[in-house]
Amino acid sequence: MLEMIVASSIKVIIVMLAVLTGCAYATYMERKVVAFMQHRIGPSYAGPYGLLQPIADAIKMAFKEDVVPDKVERITYALAPIASFVPSLLVFAVVPFSADFTLVGRQVTGVISDLNIGILFVFAITSLGVYGIVLAGWSSGSKYSLMGGIRSSAQMISYEISYGLSIVGVILIANTLSLRQLVEQQDTILHWYIWKQPLGFLLYLTCAIAETNRLPFDLPEAESELVGGYHTEYSSFRFAMFFIGEYANMIAVSCVGTTLFFGGWQGPFLPAGLSVIWFVIKVFCFMFFYIWLRATFPRFRYDQLMNFGWKVLFPLAVVNLLVTGLIVLW
Amino acid sequence: MTDYVSTLSIDIGLIGPELALLIAAAVILLLIFTRKADRFATAIGLIGLVVSMVLTVRQWDVKVGGFSGMVTVDQFAVLFKLLFAVASGLTLLLAERYFHAKHIARPEFTALLLVSTMGMMVMAGTTDLIVIFLGLEIMSVPLYVMAGFNRRSLESNESGIKYFIMGAFATGFLLMGIALIYGASETTDLRRIVTDFSYIATNAKLFLFTGAALMMVGFGFKVGAVPFHSWIPDVYQGAPTPVTAFFSVAPKAAGFAALLRIFAYGLKDLGALSDVWWILAVLTMTVGNILALRQENVKRMLAYSSIAHAGYMLVALAVGGADAASAVIFYLIGYTLFNLGGFTVVALLETRAGSRADFSEMAGLSKAHPYLTATLALFMFSLSGFPPTVGFFGKFYLFSAAVKGGFIWLTVIGVMNSFVSVYYYLRVVKVSYFDQIEGRFVPAPLSAGVLFVLIVTAVGTLGFGLFPDNVLEIARRAIQAFA
Amino acid sequence: MTIDAVIFVISAVVAIFGAAMMIAQRNPVASVLYLILSLIAQAVIYVQLGALFVGIMLVIVYAGAIMVLFLFVIMLLNLRGSEELGKPSGRVSRFTKYVITLLFFVELIFVIRGVALPPAPELVTNQPDAFGSVKAVSMLLFTKYLYPFQLTGVLMLIAVVGAVVIARREHPGELPDDTAAESTLAETPKEGTKA
Repeated sequence: MLEMIVASSIKVIIVMLAVLTGCAYATYMERKVVAFMQHRIGPSYAGPYGLLQPIADAIKMAFKEDVVPDKVERITYALAPIASFVPSLLVFAVVPFSADFTLVGRQVTGVISDLNIGILFVFAITSLGVYGIVLAGWSSGSKYSLMGGIRSSAQMISYEISYGLSIVGVILIANTLSLRQLVEQQDTILHWYIWKQPLGFLLYLTCAIAETNRLPFDLPEAESELVGGYHTEYSSFRFAMFFIGEYANMIAVSCVGTTLFFGGWQGPFLPAGLSVIWFVIKVFCFMFFYIWLRATFPRFRYDQLMNFGWKVLFPLAVVNLLVTGLIVLW
Repeated sequence: MTDYVSTLSIDIGLIGPELALLIAAAVILLLIFTRKADRFATAIGLIGLVVSMVLTVRQWDVKVGGFSGMVTVDQFAVLFKLLFAVASGLTLLLAERYFHAKHIARPEFTALLLVSTMGMMVMAGTTDLIVIFLGLEIMSVPLYVMAGFNRRSLESNESGIKYFIMGAFATGFLLMGIALIYGASETTDLRRIVTDFSYIATNAKLFLFTGAALMMVGFGFKVGAVPFHSWIPDVYQGAPTPVTAFFSVAPKAAGFAALLRIFAYGLKDLGALSDVWWILAVLTMTVGNILALRQENVKRMLAYSSIAHAGYMLVALAVGGADAASAVIFYLIGYTLFNLGGFTVVALLETRAGSRADFSEMAGLSKAHPYLTATLALFMFSLSGFPPTVGFFGKFYLFSAAVKGGFIWLTVIGVMNSFVSVYYYLRVVKVSYFDQIEGRFVPAPLSAGVLFVLIVTAVGTLGFGLFPDNVLEIARRAIQAFA
Repeated sequence: MTIDAVIFVISAVVAIFGAAMMIAQRNPVASVLYLILSLIAQAVIYVQLGALFVGIMLVIVYAGAIMVLFLFVIMLLNLRGSEELGKPSGRVSRFTKYVITLLFFVELIFVIRGVALPPAPELVTNQPDAFGSVKAVSMLLFTKYLYPFQLTGVLMLIAVVGAVVIARREHPGELPDDTAAESTLAETPKEGTKA
């Protein structure tokens, strides 16, 4: 028992550190990649190639004055960043990062907690993520924030349905809800579920972007209309929590996507202990794709967003589910 | 907890009546985009109801369970299903004219009505508490919408919202009751509660009592028993009149179907609940009657009168036993006919522009519509319980069962209440025959549908009153199916 | 006390606290937040009982979806403080409410204490076929409880239809309500003619 607790704690600490560092460097990556696509240089002063830029940013954030506007609902205002930050990290509790391996004579599993309903856990946590944004929007006492909050809740509710349905196809084929077993089933590249669920994957990809409020679905914080959306009135570290939360969410959906459709840590050449590298590479590709999208697409108009979610994605997801179900039944 | 892998049983044939209604509703909803949808919606609805009735009648001699014991088809269920279908069909015919006159006709109404009726059928055709609950909800949700169907009228909005909030509140009590019963007996199936009753009662009698009490509260709301009646007048008055007519009969009958299943069958050995029903019955009939005396609006008067009638019917639950149960079924059949008939006349008068269905508006009715007034008088006589109408025999059977069961005082109070009610029922007759009107009464044009409703209800009120034995015999057989 | 007991007590206290605070709050947003807190604590209890699926569903459906809709509506109505919700009820009515609730609570305690509950079965969690797992729940749902399960579908359908009926845009054929129109229940006799 004690050993299990210690092992889990160590894993939690490692994963937390990795994710937070990942978030920090995701911002760096985003700036660099977008800069590259726009023929700019991007951050380059702090450290070699600007590699220390995220750290500089973090320090700047932490030392800024925490301005709390006068009209806010104090408790909810303080709660909102936490409510946004925590769920985005919780998802990583069930993501399998690597194969099981032996380290100094001990068997180490590559996941913090191997729930047999891992996917549902991911959904539960994702569905809680919206509260941070909604509460921030409501409690700020500013019309921009409120608009951002309302938009985001409408958007996330609408896309969550297709998001959920897009995954059910995979579950039907795999006949398990455990993320770990899902990865184990996709042992070679030919067994990746993306080949069996191409439509499901596209739906997942699209909905995941909407769920994380990234471009072209970043209506909740559309700068040109809403200043900063739900986090307009936040500053300093509270703002940083939203910011980190958003990137952590991005990494989380990339991790889940990798696990569901691209075989997670499975890959040739590497021993079990290093299989995490394959995982990181695949997640990296996902992240690159997101940033690429951001650099390429303009933002949706709000009615287009809703129409797209309900009239295109949702029916497609249902059709995908029906067809998959019929095929599995055969 | 090891029996969770049970065999799958799908017995579509058993739920034919429900399915017919559901399919009809679905067809209407699918065809809604067409321009003339509200024309054929009524027709499709009637076809669905007729098919459903035929399928129901064919189940009369069947007594089986299906869907792993979730569906029960017996004569009790068949009788109630027929009653719901008849009430629903008459409402549909009545509603068409009324809704067109008020410019609120929409095909969705028919679909809602059908699904609500289906919910009632589900409620009557099961012995499982979960299914009873689901049936109740399927019945109630469309009713909330139907109450608020006249969206332009503030009163209708109020009616819908009030009904919704009170209904949801009552549902909470009901569910809590079901949960406690489940906690006590480890099953939601009434048949298993009956067979294992002695075992359950020794272990968890208090649990059962509390659960039963909470379910009483929940169903008390639904059938409109005092002290859970406060929503009825506003809801009944605000809703479109055909909907009110439906409210006053069908959900009440469904509520009693469930009450009979649960309290006259499932928990019949619990005892001591009789006193509670006694008090509820007396309160309900007295409060309903006394408040009805003061009303100036006919719809509101009929609302209170429906409370009073629920009070009479509750007598049966206090008395218990097969006699009382069959008497209450007889009462429900009669009540459905004459109450619907009464509301039909009110709805017809309300189709005249500007009408609010006040008593004073009835003045001069007899000169403009002599036959209609005669029918109205017949319904009022039946409501107050004069022979030879069915209303008289309903009360007669009910109270004689009470006397036989030794509930003399309850009977006395009930009969006294009946006398009180004569005042306000006959006031309708008096106003429409003898009160003077300034000017000329604007006639309300009859449509074929309304005429049909009036004929059916009037013939039923009179016919069942002249030949009550046959109906009572059917009610007896229905009760024998489970008691 | 074992760890299980500690977790249970904490989540039970939190669940009850959340539920009580939900009722006590006059700010609707705070109410919703307390309800979410209570729901999550309940989910923990479900998970402890081995009903993983039910627990997670509680979070997904109630805490995740329904409560967001609540918040959404509250935000759109912009209900902030107590002023929109009317006056607090009078002292007598409040007193009666509390007394009745307290009585019922005490009664429930007695009821539950008076029951001879069977010993709890040994829980086997985290196995695909165990009690409360997705497989076990769906087995029940699609065999024994197939009929109620399908009925919930009907219920959802008709609820959606009902909501649309109530909330839909005005139909072009729909004419304004005539209840406001002048009363024409009795035609006044024209002058010079016999009535």
